[in-house]
Amino acid sequence: MFVITTKALVVDGIALETAAYLCLTVAVSKLHLYEFKKDEDVSVENSTVTFCAEGSPLSFLSNLLMGMWEERMRRGLFRYDVTICETKVIPGKYGFIAQLNEGRHLKKRPTEFRVDQVLQPFDESKFNFTKVGQEEVLFRFEPGDIDKSHFFPCSPVDVDTNSPNVVAINVSPIEYGHVLLIPHVLDHLPQRIDHESFFLALHLAKEAADPFFRIGYNSLGAFATINHLHFQAYYLSVCFPIEKAPTRIVMTGKGLHDRRVMVSQLLNYPVRGLVFEGGNSARDLSDAVASSCICLQTHNIAFNVLISDCGKRIYLFPQFRDSSLIITPSCSHLAYAPLKNLNHIPSSLIINILAINFKKSHLAECYAEKQALGQVSQELLDTQVNPAVWEISGHMVLKRRKDYEEASEESAWRLLAEVAVSEQRFQEVKALISESAGLQDGLEGNGMDGEEDIHKPLANQVPSCFHKDCLVLQ
Amino acid sequence: MKRRRLASQSEALKLDGEQVRLVWKLLNLPHGIEIDLCNQRFWFVTMESQLRVIEQSFTIRYSTRAHEALDEIPDSFTITDPYISGHPIVYASRGFLKMSGYSRDEVIGKNGRVFQGPNTSRRSVMEIREAIREERNLQISIVNYRKDGTPFWMLFHLCPVFAKEDGRVMNFVGVQVPIMRKPRRSGSEFARNGVSLCEDGTGVRETLFGSCRRELCSDSVVGLSRILDLKSVLGVDDAELVDEPCKATDIEQRKATTAMNKILSVLTHYSELTGRLVCWKRCCFSGMGPLGASLNISLGRIKQSFVLTDPHLPDMPIVYASDAFLKLTGYTRQEALGQNCRFLSGPDTDCSVQYQIKESIRTEQGCTVCILNYRKDTSSFWNFLHISPVRNASGKIAYFVGVQIESSCTNQDKQKLSPDRRQLSVVAAVKVAVRGSSMGASTSKS
Repeated sequence: MFVITTKALVVDGIALETAAYLCLTVAVSKLHLYEFKKDEDVSVENSTVTFCAEGSPLSFLSNLLMGMWEERMRRGLFRYDVTICETKVIPGKYGFIAQLNEGRHLKKRPTEFRVDQVLQPFDESKFNFTKVGQEEVLFRFEPGDIDKSHFFPCSPVDVDTNSPNVVAINVSPIEYGHVLLIPHVLDHLPQRIDHESFFLALHLAKEAADPFFRIGYNSLGAFATINHLHFQAYYLSVCFPIEKAPTRIVMTGKGLHDRRVMVSQLLNYPVRGLVFEGGNSARDLSDAVASSCICLQTHNIAFNVLISDCGKRIYLFPQFRDSSLIITPSCSHLAYAPLKNLNHIPSSLIINILAINFKKSHLAECYAEKQALGQVSQELLDTQVNPAVWEISGHMVLKRRKDYEEASEESAWRLLAEVAVSEQRFQEVKALISESAGLQDGLEGNGMDGEEDIHKPLANQVPSCFHKDCLVLQ
Repeated sequence: MKRRRLASQSEALKLDGEQVRLVWKLLNLPHGIEIDLCNQRFWFVTMESQLRVIEQSFTIRYSTRAHEALDEIPDSFTITDPYISGHPIVYASRGFLKMSGYSRDEVIGKNGRVFQGPNTSRRSVMEIREAIREERNLQISIVNYRKDGTPFWMLFHLCPVFAKEDGRVMNFVGVQVPIMRKPRRSGSEFARNGVSLCEDGTGVRETLFGSCRRELCSDSVVGLSRILDLKSVLGVDDAELVDEPCKATDIEQRKATTAMNKILSVLTHYSELTGRLVCWKRCCFSGMGPLGASLNISLGRIKQSFVLTDPHLPDMPIVYASDAFLKLTGYTRQEALGQNCRFLSGPDTDCSVQYQIKESIRTEQGCTVCILNYRKDTSSFWNFLHISPVRNASGKIAYFVGVQIESSCTNQDKQKLSPDRRQLSVVAAVKVAVRGSSMGASTSKS
């Protein structure tokens, strides 16, 4: 049985407090309001390339967000001072980033919902972001004028007419400035992408105008742990390994040749994924990604999204689904998997559960079953690292000093390879996305020579004991 | 001249009439001024003072004759200074101006990114940024844009120039070699500009496959000739640009390297004349020397007045001073660096406040005080000062940051001073910059 505890809850692997908070709907009457300029119709060409570079001045939003975050630090709202945590770039081709954070995992608890379904309805009784303290909310982030952004300190919040989008701190931060973007917080949206909320997240990246401020999203089943729509973001002024990975264009959107959305495939990286960039406007790019995410959601494929380069490059990673995972047509309600169905849980997610009282014998059963399919290494399980969006991008938070000292590019690679989808699966995902997002195949030219495909193809054998009207995902 | 420049700048910044008048009045001051506009603070620096700084920095290092020597090199290249805020171009060759179509005035003081555009691959931008951060050489193909808006492929060769004395990167030199589009198959006829054309269009097709993959939706050559006419193949075509990187040939690479060597030897030679020797390989690694170029560039993004001091060095000297700090106090960078902050104190400065600062630093705490400070011209001002420790990637304190706000400091209960939010945003930005710049295995400086 999943342990359902309301004591401490987890947001993507980070504990949050739940004890006695004021409900947002009642207590909040005023919030700082940042209205971003809506330049939906402005083509990419007109938007200046003078922002979002290392040398350009910090944007107003960055100053605001960082200043408020620092102020919250002074007030003692965070569980720990993340700047005390050692961090380093691991020597190697990609420069994976490791952080030693021994304190963070201590109050970690498993997720509160089943982990094999990407779309699940919102559950009021579970923790959600209307239950955070008012002091954790930094400001509202709303669309404003076409040409200018505005900031209104202490603006009255009229909760009856519009449910605010809020930016709040993450009290167990991975890095400096770790915040959560929660679209329409009072609408209780479940963790699933829609066009509007994705565009909102993209705008946050653009307004921050900092290549080192990246926004991430984990779907349910890809290590999201709160089923309330949210994006995460933080500052880290080094290049992420994923950003260095070579790519090859595989699909394009419709439109003028040099103004189309371009979709590339990651090469030479432990995880398979797609990179979206270009587009005639930010809206085009946003919609292409959002449509792709919605498509994956509908097909119950878990995924992670990384918005980087000030919203100009967006990565999409479908996550590995164990072959023995079963979705029956009737699974539409929240349910908790009884113990004997443990083998239906994707092996990579066992990590979450391992944190609490599971005996090794259960592990052995799982391993035996999954031997033909995946190799869930003991090494990986021991580190208790969940490959969510940040890990996949190359930023690993490690709980044990031993793992930190011994961290290497090889070990990082191995860890990420665990959640990589197979080549076949990836091609299926690409085809799905191509169809739903209106993208056409670019010519996969003979341009890139010598790209070694280092992915180990997972064996295709499916145990034949499953009920025939169950959809078996590989 | 001034008025024209002001007009174009204010247009870009969308200043209203009142603000323009105010700025115009203040333009007569020798320093830049800070304006509060729509809840934003930005630093308005007169064109003249920025250019003066740039000119000075180049002359001090290489002497005025270096300019002439560089002018004789026909290749296209630029030289940038990472220690000036914004990492601007401080020298642009005739060849560069010719290739890009800009005039010297339009280029000096700008950052290299202004020549990038929508078709510039984001990844190549990132690679250049990382090479600068890591203070290493790089050769990369990238799309740049001329003044008339036309894009073109070029081989960009980046090389840092190190100070012999302490191993710091003084400048970055960038050489640009335009790349000709070439077909992949050899043995075809070459037209004037290197594009292969064959009677039946297969040559065109080869080129197109090599360079315009996405343009094609069908294999049919007939289809191709309908979509693309020769003009677009021969000329600069947007279609060519959004593809996989255009690889430079050996010839082009050699050209870049040769030009780079020429430039570096000029710079080395003239630096000997000024005594500020440079070289193109790092000659020494000073462990606790001045901040690396990467951290400097990051700190240069912060527009408020602040300093970074190093508590591990004797007497905790200033190791970084922002432009705004120099403007506020009237000192030059050379005068401020290396000093302890007490150099701003004077006859009427309250000793107890100084003591309070000292104690806070000793106990590794932050503090906020109101202290009377003195500018270089001996005039005094009240400094609403916030000091905070800054940790690097090891988690240990690496620096202290001091953020100054000139204020009247009246009606302040000295017990309950809390830092202004602007000061906190500076502290935050410094923390992020220091943490990131000290993480690298390959960066030489923290």
